[in-house]
Amino acid sequence: MSGVRLYFKYLSMLFRSQMQYRASFLLLTFGQFFIPFAVFASLYFMFERFGQLRSWSFFEVALIFGVIHMAFSIAECFARGFDMFSSLVGAGEFDRLLVRPRSTVVQVLGSQFEFTRFGRLLQSAIVLVWALAKLPIDWNVAKGITLALMIACGVFIFAGIFILFATLCFWTVQGLEVANIFTDGGREMAQYPLDIYKRWVTVFFTFVIPFGCVNYLPMLYILDRVEGRDLAYMAMPLAGAVFLVPCVLVWQIGVRHYRSTGS
Amino acid sequence: MRAYTSVWRLRFLLGLQYRTAAFAGIATQLFFGFIFIMIYIAFYEHGAGGAPIDLPDLISYTWLQQIFLTLIMLWYRDNEIFRLITSGNIAYELCRPCGIYGFWYAKLLGQRLAGASLRCLPLLPIALLLPEPYRLGFPPSIANLGLFILSLAIGLLIVVSVSMLLYISVFWTMSPVGSTLLISIAGEFFAGMVIPVPLMPEWLQKIANFLPFRWSADFPFRVYTGHIPEREALLGIAAQLVWIVVLIGFGQWLLSRALRRTVIQGG
Amino acid sequence: MIELQGISKSFKVAKRSSGIGQAFKALFAREHTTVHALQEISFSIGEGEIVGYIGPNGAGKSTSIKVMSGILVPDEGSCSVMGYTPWKDRTAYVKNIGVVFGQRSQLWWDVPVLDSFELLKDIYRIPEAEYRGNLSMLTETLDLEPILKVPVRQLSLGQRMRCEIAASLLHGPRILFLDEPTIGLDAVSKLAVRRFIRTLNEEKGVTVILTTHDMSDIEALAERILMIGKGTLLYDGTIGELRNRFGTERKITVDYETCDRPLEIEGAKTLSWSPERAVFSVDTGQYRIADLISRLSGQIELLDVSVEAKPVEEMIVELYREHRI
Repeated sequence: MSGVRLYFKYLSMLFRSQMQYRASFLLLTFGQFFIPFAVFASLYFMFERFGQLRSWSFFEVALIFGVIHMAFSIAECFARGFDMFSSLVGAGEFDRLLVRPRSTVVQVLGSQFEFTRFGRLLQSAIVLVWALAKLPIDWNVAKGITLALMIACGVFIFAGIFILFATLCFWTVQGLEVANIFTDGGREMAQYPLDIYKRWVTVFFTFVIPFGCVNYLPMLYILDRVEGRDLAYMAMPLAGAVFLVPCVLVWQIGVRHYRSTGS
Repeated sequence: MRAYTSVWRLRFLLGLQYRTAAFAGIATQLFFGFIFIMIYIAFYEHGAGGAPIDLPDLISYTWLQQIFLTLIMLWYRDNEIFRLITSGNIAYELCRPCGIYGFWYAKLLGQRLAGASLRCLPLLPIALLLPEPYRLGFPPSIANLGLFILSLAIGLLIVVSVSMLLYISVFWTMSPVGSTLLISIAGEFFAGMVIPVPLMPEWLQKIANFLPFRWSADFPFRVYTGHIPEREALLGIAAQLVWIVVLIGFGQWLLSRALRRTVIQGG
Repeated sequence: MIELQGISKSFKVAKRSSGIGQAFKALFAREHTTVHALQEISFSIGEGEIVGYIGPNGAGKSTSIKVMSGILVPDEGSCSVMGYTPWKDRTAYVKNIGVVFGQRSQLWWDVPVLDSFELLKDIYRIPEAEYRGNLSMLTETLDLEPILKVPVRQLSLGQRMRCEIAASLLHGPRILFLDEPTIGLDAVSKLAVRRFIRTLNEEKGVTVILTTHDMSDIEALAERILMIGKGTLLYDGTIGELRNRFGTERKITVDYETCDRPLEIEGAKTLSWSPERAVFSVDTGQYRIADLISRLSGQIELLDVSVEAKPVEEMIVELYREHRI
């Protein structure tokens, strides 16, 4: 538990650090609001023109949009240290972490927290609330829990991807753009219901990187498009939590590699 | 002139060193291309009838966006220039024998072309050889191809001159973030990178046509597919040339104002 | 306290190419060379020693420091520090060491120094009472009171270095690794840092490993020198021994009443001569200074005589030359 306490101390330090540069902080937060806003606007315009996306209505897709973007922005806030890991390693700062008697994961998590991502978080929250207000769903506790799980486990999936690609930095500081396929790409793709894509996309992103378990399957349950096996659909998002485990293991392998080959 | 070409060459060589980044970039572009196309296909299933651009053209448009991304994206940070401006080391640049505007322009141009040759060239044949319906189509005539290459080249000059304005603005804001981010977002939106311009609602398209951004991406790509017929394309190229004169002229004037200000204030 | 036996470490380094043709070729095949950073390094350091760790750049100094601080795992050999193997049980081991990297900071840049210290207290899980005690001792001896509330980015280099040293000692480590701690510091700060390290070693018995290119640091602090060159340990001895080997030469500067012809003294080599002043070099292993001076005063009227020993720097250069590095 002292790891958690330490993490919050890191956060408070980082907040005070970033507050020193108030003007650019505000502008960046603004920017972080408008990027997903532009994407959402384009979603709105497409629906205005086409009316429907296969079997999905605008507000249903908006709900998925809100869930995924919220998960992404939360993950980006917390796991920013892994996202920025290439510059940490490049500057030789990882050695400093190794000289401290704490786990590398906690220290890397505590090395960055991008408060400006709250802009995106706010935007996705607005979309989420709007979609929930406009959708004729029969709400109950079970569905509420499912929705919360969807967001939480979405965070785990994105965080896992960040950790995996940070681990790549131990081998090369280049080629990390591939990460974008799964983080930005994953987000752009998962903000639409997964069944509109071809089979290989759906299969890969349900069984390998379980976006489908977080965006599509539980959504069917919430929208009452499926019968029976309620608990199974509710528990689907937990695949995201399961995904995180091998990612952290790979990280430990990466640290071991760094320590035997230097920088 | 020699100085400009050697700057360009240096940047080009530097860019070529990043081969893993290049492979990664190609993979990224392929992925995004596929995703966007699948989304459009899904939308078109429902209401293709009234769309102002038909699906094959739209698919080509999407691939062209991905292939030529390095040449059309606005958000291409050169931290070296930012650092020069904010630290006041601009004094060293002033001592060089060639004009700063041209110097930086050549630098930015070289960066983009290096990035483009690493990513675009491999991606082009891949996109042309994909199975239907994902294939990048061929232009309907040689004339279209020629006009496309011309308008893309001029469009590149437009993008670089717009990004020059962004860098010059840093002389006043003294911070590389903020203003540049918001303008890049708007710029990329109105170039059709978030939603293709023909699919925007009418009122938004009018705004987009008024701004310089669509001339570097949306315009050349629609010339390629023939969505913009030849006569209109020629008029468009004339409009591009006007924009360049305006943007470069304004940029040079603005830069000289900024430099004078720096010299007076002592950096 | 510290025992190294046969430590070896090699790295593979990629080769960079120049020119457009080479650059394109490199897109498809990268060439590598192997660098033998450490070759069978063995030495031991006792508790409470101050050891000067020297050697040319790229010799393997920082690699061996990384091994001793648990950051790097060697290819071969064993290392035992206070009973731990540094690269195993990393988190248990590093609680006992402090590291200062001269050119990189371990403090958080935009916040006051004290905030960084508080965060380190949590990272090292230092008990409150011990933290308070160490903090007040360090504040007093390093004169940190006026700068504790200042953000690190606003400190001068000398102030920052004092804070870095304090930060590395908050948790009361028994071993301190200092990597170029006085680089870029002004004279006053250098003296302060040296005084502090000496006191720390004398009063608390902290073992200090000092890596530096500044020979006056070595002269002021270290009794013992370890010299690394091309991955091997080339010299392990005290400054006294070094002086006996290379430092028997003395430079004698004499000022005298005007004399027109150059002086010739048996046993002394004339380095420079003017009608007012001459500089001689004497090997005190063979001749005595007293004899030289009496011979000089026999020839001319002496006004002033000064005798200089060879600076440590020159002795080290000769040591390098002897080992051809």
